[in-house]
This record gives sequence, C-alpha cells and structure tokens, in this order.
Amino acid sequence: MMKKLTATALAALAIGAAGIVPGQAGDVRVMWYSDGVEGEVIQDILNRFMQENPGINVILDNVAYKVVQEQLQIQLEAGQGPDIARVTNLKALADHWLDLTPYVKDPDYWRANFGDQFDWMRPDGSSIIPGFMTQITLTGGFANKTLFEQAGVELPGPKATWDDWAEAAAKVQASQQLPAAFAIDRSGHRISGPNVSYGANYIAANGDPAPVDDGVKTFAKKLVDWTAEGKHSKEVWVSAAGSTYRAAADDFINAQIAYYYSGSWQIANLSTKIGDAFDWVATGSPCGTAGCSGLAGGAALVGIKYTKNPEDVGKVMDYLASEPIVKEFTERTLFLPAHKGVIAKGGIDFKSDDPNVKAALNKFVEASGEILPNAAALPAWKWASAYYGALVTRISQVMAGELSLEEAYQRMDEDIADQVAQAKK
Amino acid sequence: MGSLKRNIGAALAAPVTAAAALIDKPLRAWQSATGTGGMATFFLAPNMLIFGIFVLFPLVVNFVYSMTGGTALFLPDRPFVGAEHYERLLDCTDYTDPRSCKDDQFWIAVRNTALFVVLQVGLMTVVAMITALILNRDLRARSFWRAVFFFPVLLSPVVVGLIWRWILQREGLLNFMLYELGGEPVVWLTDRFWAFAAAVGVSIWAHVGFYALILLAGLQAIPRDLYEAAEMDGTRPGRVFWRITLPLLAPNLLVVIVLALIRAVQIFDEVYVLTGGGPGTSTLFLTQYIYEVGFASLLRNPGLAAAASILMGAVLVVLTLIQLNLSRRNSGKGGGR
Amino acid sequence: MKRIAEFLLRRRGGSGWHWTDIVTWVWLVGGLLIMFGPALWLVGSSFKSPAQLAEFPPTLLPYVSQQATVEGYDKPLTLYDVTLENGEKRRLAEIRRIGIVAQMVDPENPGEVIKVNIQNRTPAREVGFATENYTEPFLHFDFLLYLRNSVFVTLMATLITLVTNSMAAFALSKYQFRGRSLVMLLILATLMVPLSVILVPLYSVISAMGLFNSLWGVILPTVATPTGVFLLRQYMLTIPDELLDAARMDKASEWQIYWRIVLPLTAPALAVLAIFSVVWRWNDFLWPLIVLSRKELYTLQVGLNTYAGELNVQWHFILAMTVVTMIPVVLVFIFLQRFITAGIAGSGLK
Repeated sequence: MMKKLTATALAALAIGAAGIVPGQAGDVRVMWYSDGVEGEVIQDILNRFMQENPGINVILDNVAYKVVQEQLQIQLEAGQGPDIARVTNLKALADHWLDLTPYVKDPDYWRANFGDQFDWMRPDGSSIIPGFMTQITLTGGFANKTLFEQAGVELPGPKATWDDWAEAAAKVQASQQLPAAFAIDRSGHRISGPNVSYGANYIAANGDPAPVDDGVKTFAKKLVDWTAEGKHSKEVWVSAAGSTYRAAADDFINAQIAYYYSGSWQIANLSTKIGDAFDWVATGSPCGTAGCSGLAGGAALVGIKYTKNPEDVGKVMDYLASEPIVKEFTERTLFLPAHKGVIAKGGIDFKSDDPNVKAALNKFVEASGEILPNAAALPAWKWASAYYGALVTRISQVMAGELSLEEAYQRMDEDIADQVAQAKK
Repeated sequence: MGSLKRNIGAALAAPVTAAAALIDKPLRAWQSATGTGGMATFFLAPNMLIFGIFVLFPLVVNFVYSMTGGTALFLPDRPFVGAEHYERLLDCTDYTDPRSCKDDQFWIAVRNTALFVVLQVGLMTVVAMITALILNRDLRARSFWRAVFFFPVLLSPVVVGLIWRWILQREGLLNFMLYELGGEPVVWLTDRFWAFAAAVGVSIWAHVGFYALILLAGLQAIPRDLYEAAEMDGTRPGRVFWRITLPLLAPNLLVVIVLALIRAVQIFDEVYVLTGGGPGTSTLFLTQYIYEVGFASLLRNPGLAAAASILMGAVLVVLTLIQLNLSRRNSGKGGGR
Repeated sequence: MKRIAEFLLRRRGGSGWHWTDIVTWVWLVGGLLIMFGPALWLVGSSFKSPAQLAEFPPTLLPYVSQQATVEGYDKPLTLYDVTLENGEKRRLAEIRRIGIVAQMVDPENPGEVIKVNIQNRTPAREVGFATENYTEPFLHFDFLLYLRNSVFVTLMATLITLVTNSMAAFALSKYQFRGRSLVMLLILATLMVPLSVILVPLYSVISAMGLFNSLWGVILPTVATPTGVFLLRQYMLTIPDELLDAARMDKASEWQIYWRIVLPLTAPALAVLAIFSVVWRWNDFLWPLIVLSRKELYTLQVGLNTYAGELNVQWHFILAMTVVTMIPVVLVFIFLQRFITAGIAGSGLK
C-alpha cells in the first residue's frame, strides 16, 4: 500500500512538474482579452519592450473575456492573479489594484494625461494611480446611409430626437422591406445614455441607487412600444434571459436594420465586415428632452496589488502609457485614445483604407462633448452594474410579454435594492 | 500486422503487469492483517478520497455558503445570515404563480426545469426506442447507421448549442430552406413555444444516440427463438412488442430513464448557448439561474446561489431514493443483489 | 449504384412493402440528414470569411467573390453580374460605389464607364475556401503546446478514472460491508450535482491545495466520476461470485482476483468508460477556463476561447479551431466504434 502510494505520488510529481509552472522573478504576467486585433498589437509592442529591457520577461496571457469577467475576481479575492490585467469591471474590483505612484517614473505625467478616468478605477475618496484606459468607448448610433438613400429618406440632422430617428428608420423599413427599423444592443449600459437624455438620474444624494425615475420610464416605455410595433428589433433583446450581453451588429452589417445604436468599439468590426457593401455613418447619440447624451466607458490596464514584482510592473506600465506607444496602439486598433496629450496634439493617423472609419471616429470624438453630467458620473459609480443588470433583465421580460411595465419598474427597484443590501453586508 | 499489434500491446502491458505483481505482496500482508473488510476499504480508498475532496467536501461547504451573505467569494469574508436566503427563495403568496414570489426568476426556472424534464425524458425515450428497434432490424451496414445516430454524443455542448443557434436564428439555415420551399419563415428562437421546443429538440438530438445504444444492447440480448415462436403463433408485431420486447427490455429502459433524468435536470450548456434562457425567461433553467446569480453576474450572490442549489439537491435526493427503490425491486426480481 | 439502390430498397419480407420498411427507410434517411447535416454545415462554415459568416441568408458552401485585373486600374476589381436598364445581363467589374450608384466597367472594354444602380447587381462568386481561418490561428496560437496539454489532461484523467473507478466498483459489487448502501447512495446522489453548482466551493478547494494554474487542478476534480462507478458496478454485478470463490480456493489474493479475473472480464465496460472519459475530458470547457489562466497551460478548448472578446467574438477563428479539435474525437470514434457499441451492448446496463 505504502509502496503503491509512494510510487503513484512520485509518478504524479514527475509528470506534474510539466503541469505546474512557478512564477519567476523578473516575470510580468499580463492578462489580456481581445475584441479584435489588439492582442497582436500589444504583443508586438511588448516584444519591443523586452528587447529594450532584457531583464524583464513579459508574458501576455490572452484569455477569453469570460475569464476576465468571471474568474479574475476569484483569483483576486484569493490574493492571486496576474501582475497586470486588462479589465472592464473597473470600479467594483478597485480594491485589488496596485497604486503605481511609487513605481512609475513621473506620476505627474500620469495624472496629467490619464487623471480624468482615475476615479473610474479606484475606490471612492482614494488618490492612487491604478492604471490607464487602453481605450475610451462612447455609445452612439450608426446609420446605413445607402439604405436611407435607396428609400429616399433624408438622414435626420444632428439635433434629431430618438422619435425622429425611430420614425425615419421605420420609413426605410417600410420601403426596403426590412425585418426591423433599428436595434440597440441588449445591454443596460447601452440604454443608459438615452435614459439620461430623457432626464434620468440613477444616483441618489447619498451615492446609493435612486428609485427608477421618470427619465428611465419615458425611454423604457418608448423602447417597449417601438418593439411591440416592430420598429425596434425584438430578437436581440428577447433572445436571452438575465443580464446577458447580445450585440445587434450582425443585423446592421447585413443591412437588415437601417439604424444601429451601439458604440465606438464597433467601428473596426463594421469596417472589416461591411467592406464596400454599403455606406455607413456614425451619428452620435439621438436627443431626448434633456440632451443628446451617450455614455462613456472602456477598458483599462491596471496593476494588481498582489504582484511580487511591482518595480517591473511600473516599468512595463510606463512604457505602455508613453505617448508614442499610446498613439501607435490607437492608430493600429482604431480605438479612441484616453491620453490627453495625444488627443490635444491630434494628427492621429488611423490605419485604415476605409473612408467611413475616419469620419466615424471623428464623429465620436465630437459627440463626446454632448455627454450630460448624469451620464458622466456613471462610469465612476460603484452600483452602475447592478442598475444596468436590472434594466436589461426586466425590460426584456416586458418585451417578451411576461411583465407589464409597471411590474417591471417595481422589480427593478427590488432587484437593485437587494443587490446593494447584499453587497453592503 | 496482427502479431505486430499484439507485440506492441504486450510491450506496453509489461510494466503495468509487473507493477501489479509488485504490489501484490504488500497487499497480501495487508489482507491477512485486516481481512476482506480491510480490502474493501483499500479498493474504495482512492476513489472515495478524490470523491470526498473534490465532490463531497465542496457540497458541504456549499451548504455553509447558503447560510452566509454578502458578495465576497471566500467563506472567511462572509457574515453568517442564517436561513435568510431560503426565506427569500421560498417566499411566495401563490406557488403556482412565479410572479407572486419574491424571487420570481427562481420559480420560473423551477417551473421550466420541471416541464423540460418531463418532455425531454419522455420524448427522448420514445425516439431512442424507435431508433433502437430500427437498428435492431436486419439492416445492411448497421454499424454505419449506428454511428450516424451516435455521432452527436461526441460533440461538446457548446458546439451543439452554436450549430443549432445558427440553424434556427431568424435568417438561419432552417428559415432559408423553408423560404426556398415556399414556406413562411418563423423566428424560432424568439417565440416562446418554438424556443422551448428547440431546447427540448436539440438536447434530444445531442444525446439520443447514447440511449438508443443502451436499448439496442438490450434488444440484442433478447433470445431470437422467442420471436420465432411468436411468429409461428401468428402474433401481430404490435402484440409482440408489448408482450415480449417491452417487458424484457424493462431493465435497460430503467437505466435509460434514470440517466436521462439526471442529465435533464442539469441541463445548461447547450441551452445557454442556444437561447440564453430567452425569449424572456421561457427557457431559463435552474442551473443557469444558479450560475448567473452566483457566478456570472457582476454583483454576485454566492449565498443565494448555494441556497438554490441545496433546494435543488434536496429534490434530487428524493428522486434518487425513489429510483433506488425501483431498481432494487427490479433487481430483486432477477434474483441478484 | 445498383448496390445502393438494392440496399435502399431492401424490404422486410421477400415480396411487397411492409409498412415497417417504409418507417425504417424514412427514419434512417431522416436521421442521416438531421444528425450529420448540422455538423457538415459547421465544417463548411469554418471555411467562410468573417463577412460571409455574418451574411443573411447563409449559403451552404463558402464562396469568395471573383476579381479581375482590368487594364488601367492598379488593384484587381470585383466582378458583378449586372442587369442593365435594357434588360441585358452582363458581367462587369466595379470601379467604385458612390451612394446607390456603382461605376462599372467591362473588363473586355475598359474604356467605357457604365453607371448601375446597386440593386441591379449581384456579386459574381465562386466556391472558395477561407483557409486563413485555419492558418492565422496556427501562427498566433500555440497549437502544439495546447494540444500537448489537452492530450496530457485527457490521458491522465482517463487513466486515473479507470483505475480508481474500477477499484471502487469492485468493492461495491463484490464485498458485503457496513456502510455500503451509504456509499452507493452518496455516489448516486452526486450523480445529479452539476459542476456549475459547486463552482465557488470547488475553486476554494483547488486554490487551497495550490492546484490553481496547474493541469492537475483540471484533472483531479473530474476523475471521481459517479457515472463511471455506477456503470462499472452494474457490469461487475453480472460476474458470477462462484468465479471469485473458486479463485479464493486457489489461494488467490483479493488484489489478484481484482486484477486477474474481474478486470479482464469487465473489459467491455472499461472500454466504454475509457471512450466516454476521453470525449468528456477532451471537450471540457468551463472548468479548465476557471482553473487555467496562463497560456502555457491552456488546453485546446480554453485556447480557442481566447477569440471570444467582450464586445466581439471572432467566430471565424473559433469555428475553424472547433473543427480542428473535433478531429481527434471523430478519429477515436471511427476506430473504436465497435468497442463503443459492443461495450454498451455488453456492459450489463440492465
């Protein structure tokens, strides 16, 4: 018995040695997810970094987004994890980020160029430097200009409201026999810009979630009505339960809808997949009664508190956040940059032959001036994801005919209150 | 060729045989020291050790989780809340109407799962039965046909869900074919009825081959002469089926139903990829509910998820006991243990 | 051809069509279409370009648009089938599209530019394979490493499963001891617990044992499969006890009885379990994704999921890599088919 156990244990160890890889000093592990080419671009940049800094070995772990979203938190709570990670759940996990202030060469450079978004990724009231945004995103619409032309419908102008867009798109739908006039991604984040444009405010005076207000109710009712009338694509919203994200991009790419409300991150995707099939334009966000707001967001690269090797993390972060690298990354990935200096200098030469791309990117830069204060506060608000989740879950149940709007509002308030109460324990 | 294979086989087996012979000596000593009871422990030990650490222990921990609150993931960081989560889950004014419950999504999931289990297990058993009967006929190339029906069992659930989502979506392959045949396209996955039917259908598609083979095995074990005798008596085929085939197939049928039931209650991956639980919540099943509440949503509630899984587990244990009882009565008939 | 016809038209009796012949025929052919069709379509789709994958309505085969080099233009131009205003149909090359009007040119006669409404043109396409769906990931994707990890996990897990499960099944079927029903009940009860339900506690265990980011963390939780114990026990119950008693008379030790008598007799059921274990472990996805976050440890299923981003999923790569990962499973199946069926047939699942 003992012999057998020892033998198996030895065998297991021998083979297991192949399986367990200890972290080495000088190693910096970066957990990274990709929506498009950015994984290749960053690998390329990191290779150059390693040539210049032979002592530091940066390992890029490309993972599924699911890993960043679901698994990273478990690692962090166990005091483990990579040294650097690209994350989107910036605020909720903010306690785990490393303060880079002592490890970067020039903290003032960081504060000056990325400071505006630090509150998105650090605990309330803290003054640390947690990382920088690899990209800023802004929600906004895309119109299929060719479909509008074919239908002989004028594209609504810059101050057009959601009603104007819904009506114009519905005319295109009728004339071009489309299955739906327009679509919004299935996401609470996506409809929050429009909600705010109709006067919604999610945040109560004490920082907790406020009950669902008239602004939310106005847009939610419009959306549900448009869906019932067949103008807004039902499929994307009812095709999942819970807060699962679903994009309507494929419908737009195939000219099945005339108008698509999503965000700046779609530009590269639309450009590759639409090619020359039709002309498309970015429109910014349609207006409501209070303004024409979109919602900003994005992914950040942050240092992790549990790293064994913060000096090297600082060096890697300094390199990646330097102006020429940010500019190169932006140009190659077609992302909107967060770096103030890069934006102020202009002259970003996006690497794309598609004339639609540059126009669209410029439109988004322009639209970022329209963000209302209530929307600008959301990325740094810790209960935002609870609010977004409740919005999607319940509104899609209304669209599927399972709840009335009144019931949905009540459920939303309960869902949000439950989650806040749970999280405060 | 054959001898080469045998030689390689022997060469590979040699160290294993040697090892087995090597541990025989100490084991004999152990056996004489502890008797056969000790041997039972020895044979059970490796499996139960792994089983205990990686299955049983987490289950117990899960129970503790169900009594704690907060969003932290590790037990030491979680405050004790008693039966709070159970109270929340069981708080309904009318148990037949999920909308009257505090946690409406849980009860919707319970109702959907129950309906799914009944439909899926029932239909799949019938389909597996017909397939097995047909494969048991005097077919040419039977192994090919067997393979045809068994093939999807090999695919991963994620792939199964994806393939069918592309086929069933609004402008998917099925609607394309309908359109070519002059029919009206149907938006399968946004229609409550069709989405549920698709969930049932796809899970049958993915698993029916396995169960058909179990039944086929049973059919092939039925002595031919029974059928020949029935044919000589001029018994109609329908009667032969009810009087001979079905009773002799009962043990296999029970295994099929037990295993299918277990799989059906756990249904998750395929349907999650296929419908995501939609439209609305009409294909939201229990495992998805637990997974989303405890793991996938941005503000997790592991305590609530654990409580839901414990409730689900309680129901399952009752079901298992019933099955165990059934199979015991059954094997009692055969004179086994 | 004649043989196929003969085969397809085989009937139950010698003369005339019995209704069961028709049912059989319909069931088998229908089964062939429904069971194989979707998988074939998956393979076809994996050769489509991203734009074509998103295309509505879908095509059965992958296509690429035809291009032609036209005198006076640097880049190759895309060809379209055009219906002109006078109803004439021609194949033209497109120079550029402005709004809803396309400027086209006849490749044979490049001098004259023809303006066409875009609704009157369809791209001229031919069947073509987007092989870059396969080659690209092979360049950026450490395929051989992931393959090695997958093979290691699959083989180790299967081996341990077979040894521990068969030992436990032997004890549960051939010994009378106190607590046997309890053990059986425990195993049966956990048959019903899906992994996704105990994710968080199981993760705590793995992390406490230091098995996080280790292939053993993937292997160990899966090997104590209750299904395996259940299956093997059912089979071993059919082995007559007299055989064992006879061996005991010959002074065989319990271990020898297990190793020399019971295991060989259980071979068909072991084969079934081995095959299923290989397929399960090869396809495992959720658990490895949680345990492994370092690329040198990725299994193939985890690796191919790095193409699933937050806002965008690169389906063309995922599909192609899915097809690649299916190949070993299909091979296992083709070569071991007779074991599967014979094994299940014999495995006393009664």
